[in-house]
Amino acid sequence: MIKSIRMIKNKNDYLVIKPPSGLLNIDWNELWKYRELLYIFAWRDIKVRYKQTVIGIAWALFQPFVTMVIFSFFFGKLAKVPSEGVPYPIFVYSGLLFWNYFSSSLTNASNSLINEQNIIKKVYFPRLILPISATVTHLIDFGFSLLIMIGMMIYFKMQLSLHILYILPLLLIITTISSSGIGLFLSSVNVKYRDVRYILPFFIQILLYLTPVIYPVSIIPENIRWIMYLNPMSGVITIARSMFLNTGNIDYMSLLVSLFISFLYFLFGIYYFKKMEQYFADII
Amino acid sequence: MTEPIIKIENLGKKYILRHKEKYITLRDSLNNLIPNLLSKNNREEFWALKDINVSLYDGDVLGIIGKNGSGKSTLLKIMSRITYPSQGQLTIKGNVASLLEVGTGFNPELTGRENIYLNGAILGMKSIEIRKNFDEIVNFSGVEKFLDTPVKHYSSGMYVRLAFSIAAHLSSDVLLVDEVLAVGDAEFQKRCLRKMGQVAKSGRTVLFVSHNMQSISDLCNRVILLSEGKLIGDGKPQDIISQYIDKIRNVADKENNINTEGRKGTGLVKIDKVEFGNLISGEEARIKMHYSSAKRNDKLINCRVAFAVKDLKYNLCFICSTEMYFEDNLQLNPTGILECTINKLPLGEGEYVVDLFFEENNVVVDWLEDSMIINVSAGKFHPGVRQVPKGHEGKAGTLVEHKWSTL
Repeated sequence: MIKSIRMIKNKNDYLVIKPPSGLLNIDWNELWKYRELLYIFAWRDIKVRYKQTVIGIAWALFQPFVTMVIFSFFFGKLAKVPSEGVPYPIFVYSGLLFWNYFSSSLTNASNSLINEQNIIKKVYFPRLILPISATVTHLIDFGFSLLIMIGMMIYFKMQLSLHILYILPLLLIITTISSSGIGLFLSSVNVKYRDVRYILPFFIQILLYLTPVIYPVSIIPENIRWIMYLNPMSGVITIARSMFLNTGNIDYMSLLVSLFISFLYFLFGIYYFKKMEQYFADII
Repeated sequence: MTEPIIKIENLGKKYILRHKEKYITLRDSLNNLIPNLLSKNNREEFWALKDINVSLYDGDVLGIIGKNGSGKSTLLKIMSRITYPSQGQLTIKGNVASLLEVGTGFNPELTGRENIYLNGAILGMKSIEIRKNFDEIVNFSGVEKFLDTPVKHYSSGMYVRLAFSIAAHLSSDVLLVDEVLAVGDAEFQKRCLRKMGQVAKSGRTVLFVSHNMQSISDLCNRVILLSEGKLIGDGKPQDIISQYIDKIRNVADKENNINTEGRKGTGLVKIDKVEFGNLISGEEARIKMHYSSAKRNDKLINCRVAFAVKDLKYNLCFICSTEMYFEDNLQLNPTGILECTINKLPLGEGEYVVDLFFEENNVVVDWLEDSMIINVSAGKFHPGVRQVPKGHEGKAGTLVEHKWSTL
């Protein structure tokens, strides 16, 4: 086979290949140069995911909607889980909206390296692109789910607060960096220990119950509520409800803490990923 | 020309062999944690490459030769940045995007058009470049009609052609070619070589790994020889190729007469010794292969045993294999001798290289490449006085029995 190495920049640039050193040696310039690859991977994932389905992209609407209906029936109607004074369907849906984005992008990111092992063994590009594009892909699905949310707000005659304009992007950032942070960590563990593949669905299942998706955070005793802070998704979902459903004032403290914690996860994920990166092609 | 394009300094790559199984599970790791902490002895270091120093200049076409496992592929992998070196450094003048195999990242569900963009991006092309070269890529590949068909419906030929045209349109200054990895038909391989020749002529630097000494000596102006991760020869193609042949010959002369460097296979059965006897062109040859199995007492089932004979340019002359003589499912004793008789040896005077192969029940148990040099003395294969046409002395190829008559 032909392998070719191509000079992109002018001829006076030197590429030095040597044993990796340093803690966080991320080449931001290079990452920026490869940004197109990030779009292409995301575009391919979406294209391939719905290519052979009959209703195509409508699956992105169908899945969260059906989950919402089932949860409303069992938890809302039968189990009578409290919903802070708003109809249970819209209460649970506002939680699912962010939860689905978090859990699907985390799963996708964690398996991203294993799924692309053929490319990793054959071509060089900044490996960080793989888990990050796997996360970003699910922003599209989030967009579709948001349409249902808006539909439901109209149906239940909710008032739209202007806070959405700046809170929603912040919540998306928190969700994205925490899922990609944990995803970066798990994807590099996954290269060495294939157990991650099997543990992950179980882990996400547990996490769903530890996050106030189907219940309000108010049913948790005050004295242990701080534990919820470790999970940035608790903050995200609680704030999302205040924002969409006016279930209370927006808790800015919780917003900051969630942002901070998710940032820590992200840094740790990148650190671990960079540390393991040099072995990927050898052990995958 | 004073400044090298590629400068390799003290380059080394170390692997740590710890477990035999490829996928270790978390449980295994936890179970072995304590014993591992107590003894670090089960960590075995293995240098796939060590202390490599080479400088390449504009227009150099470097051939890399050596047996399996000598570090050729590791060197290319480090150059294309797929894996990191453990020591030393490699400086390449310019910036690098690499491609290890054509068709990397092709998605069967996507159409030809979509795959051009996907594959191009993976290889480091910008979408503007791809758009600019799009028509050319499509023309070159000859798959215009199927551009909007998912590639899973492509024939393997179309698939490879499309993949190759994308790769061929990378504007590369340094080209790495690994012929060992080459799949595809002869036509395709020829195309790869032609492309390489063009690149070389345009004054760019080429690195070429091959087993075919003919293409190495045709295309390269310099050759390096690797053995067990070390650089043992660097110079003109003819000199280094003879050094390589001499090396096989030297080992082959010793008592157990086969060179086992780069041996592959599970090792369940080993070929210990092969006796070719006194080989004379056109005479009967009886070849005895001694093999043994340390671990087996029962019969070896479904065996395939073969040897291949190549000339010194590594062109294949012929293969003798049990599967072409026996019915299916050849059963053999775990230790024994196989004899192969060639009625009329179809080789001219000279030296030849031999590969040996042993397979049991679809598992390769022993595979020795370039394991022996055999010497064929002049004889009378053809009825005529001359045994080789005029001007073809030393390159007669495989001899074929034939008659002539006038009609």
